[in-house]
Amino acid sequence: MENMRPDPPRRQWLRQMYRQRHIQIMALLGIAWIILFNYVPMYGIIIAFKDYRIINSIAEAPWVGLEHFKAFFEDDNFMNVMKNTLGISLIKLIVGFPLPIIFALFLNEIRSLRFKKAIQTISYLPHFLSWVVLGGILTTWLADVGIINNILLALNVIQEPISYLAEPDYFWGIIITSDIWKELGWSAIIYLAAISSVSPDLYEAATIDGAGRFQKMWYVTLPSIKGTISILFILAVSGVLNSNFDQILVLRNALNESASNVIDIYVYQTGMLSGRFSYSTAVGLFKSVIALFLLLIANSVTKKLNNTSLF
Amino acid sequence: MLSLNRKTKGEALFDLLNNIGMLLICFVTLYPIWYVVVNSLNEGMDGMRGGIYWWPRIFSFENYTAVFQNPGIMTAMGVTVAKTLLGTILHVFFTAMVAYAFSRRELIGGKIYIFIGTITLFFGGGLIPTYLLMKDLHLLDNFLVYIIPVMFSFFDLIIFMTFFREIPDGLEEAAEIDGANDWSIFVRIIIPVSMPVIATISLFHGVYQWNDYFAGVIYMNNMDLQPIQTYLYRVVAQSSSNQMVAQIPGGIGKTVTSQSIKLATMVVTTMPIVFVYPFLQRYFVKGMMIGSIKG
Repeated sequence: MENMRPDPPRRQWLRQMYRQRHIQIMALLGIAWIILFNYVPMYGIIIAFKDYRIINSIAEAPWVGLEHFKAFFEDDNFMNVMKNTLGISLIKLIVGFPLPIIFALFLNEIRSLRFKKAIQTISYLPHFLSWVVLGGILTTWLADVGIINNILLALNVIQEPISYLAEPDYFWGIIITSDIWKELGWSAIIYLAAISSVSPDLYEAATIDGAGRFQKMWYVTLPSIKGTISILFILAVSGVLNSNFDQILVLRNALNESASNVIDIYVYQTGMLSGRFSYSTAVGLFKSVIALFLLLIANSVTKKLNNTSLF
Repeated sequence: MLSLNRKTKGEALFDLLNNIGMLLICFVTLYPIWYVVVNSLNEGMDGMRGGIYWWPRIFSFENYTAVFQNPGIMTAMGVTVAKTLLGTILHVFFTAMVAYAFSRRELIGGKIYIFIGTITLFFGGGLIPTYLLMKDLHLLDNFLVYIIPVMFSFFDLIIFMTFFREIPDGLEEAAEIDGANDWSIFVRIIIPVSMPVIATISLFHGVYQWNDYFAGVIYMNNMDLQPIQTYLYRVVAQSSSNQMVAQIPGGIGKTVTSQSIKLATMVVTTMPIVFVYPFLQRYFVKGMMIGSIKG
């Protein structure tokens, strides 16, 4: 009779746990990794509010409150760093975000399938090259005796060669242009995929109504991929502050510092090179807070505009 | 139908301009790469005079000979090959394994696990806390720093999970009836049917491993363990050109320059990616879609 009674919930739970012990071990190995490599560094952020020295542990370091944040706001570099970070990010968003959409729209109009495939293959290629190699290409091209100066001198546009990477005035332009060059084709993939799922009926109907190619792009294709554009816009806004680090680290130098010193570079310099761990963690945290605000703003704006949002 | 397909003059002009525009984009994309290849194949001293745009003026393989005879470059290349192969295999296997467990609907605590992971997509510790962790784990100046900290990615887990959930349950049930446990189901059934997504993630992570230079810059003081991209970074960004010339073995050092060696090293570094990527191309478009739209 004893055996006929249903298991109490606890025993049933244990039995189920035992039955799925293999997948539980797999899952918990993952969780252990996540806690060690993602959550422990999050805990480490508290050194932004402490006076941490490398010789003692995080727990032993004395609390200093918001002192490091105050020091950053009062630092001579603050205005410059903010200007560079927000300036590069904003221009990159305004110029760099629509271009892949335009590219995808026009690529979609190519009639020969083989030609279209070839262009796609070529346009993704730079995405797979490292910023170090591209940095090498750029320093070669932009050198005093580089191809850019040679062409401009031959065309009499300039009288003397310019050291582009030594001039702060050119730095933002170089960063933004080369980033577009690298990622244009790659960013367009997702839009092309979205375009290819637009129903052909819509185009036929538009053709019967007498719509031209541009009108079809504007009135059929664009509205059909609005959802994809919104999601990618939110992601672009939230990621914009930390997207150029690898690139700028390769191209910056002492001469262009006034234009190349963005938050991430500043964190790297003050933290890794000068050993001011607490201070640079505070600066990094400040950036994360701005990024979070940007994410929330972009999310609510796109939600209002067309009912698409990330959360 | 005939009237629908007939081209008007405006249409024809549009097509012509569009084709020209696309060809222009292809040219702008490829030419800088071509320029480097051509200049790396030119004799070094002559190359310094400039003006080599389409074809080498004095054809020479000496820059490449110098690259392959430079022990520093070759060690760095070996480190890169090792970390790319090992890192990619481990990343793909481990992430897929966790994703497989997470994708099982009956997993007790599954929702909490996924929540714990999702947080990591939006928050992180940043540079310094991460560095301090690596130090505490004794991963500084340790080859494993290239592998273990990037062995798992929650973003890739989402891509895997989306794929696994579309595998028909019958396949697993049949194996279970045959007495297979979850481990052998994962290894013998799930992995073989998931080759498209495995290829995608392998390409992504492989390219990441191959191209990453920053881990080498911050975690590595031991020059014998620096990857080729870190080596190049030190050459490109810190332009230690004098050191470079000094490293070239005497016999062939006459006609190569630091610049021409830099170009040849860039080409050698990039070659493997250029060769591998056309083969994996059909996979990654699909994989990227799954990851971006559903994730």
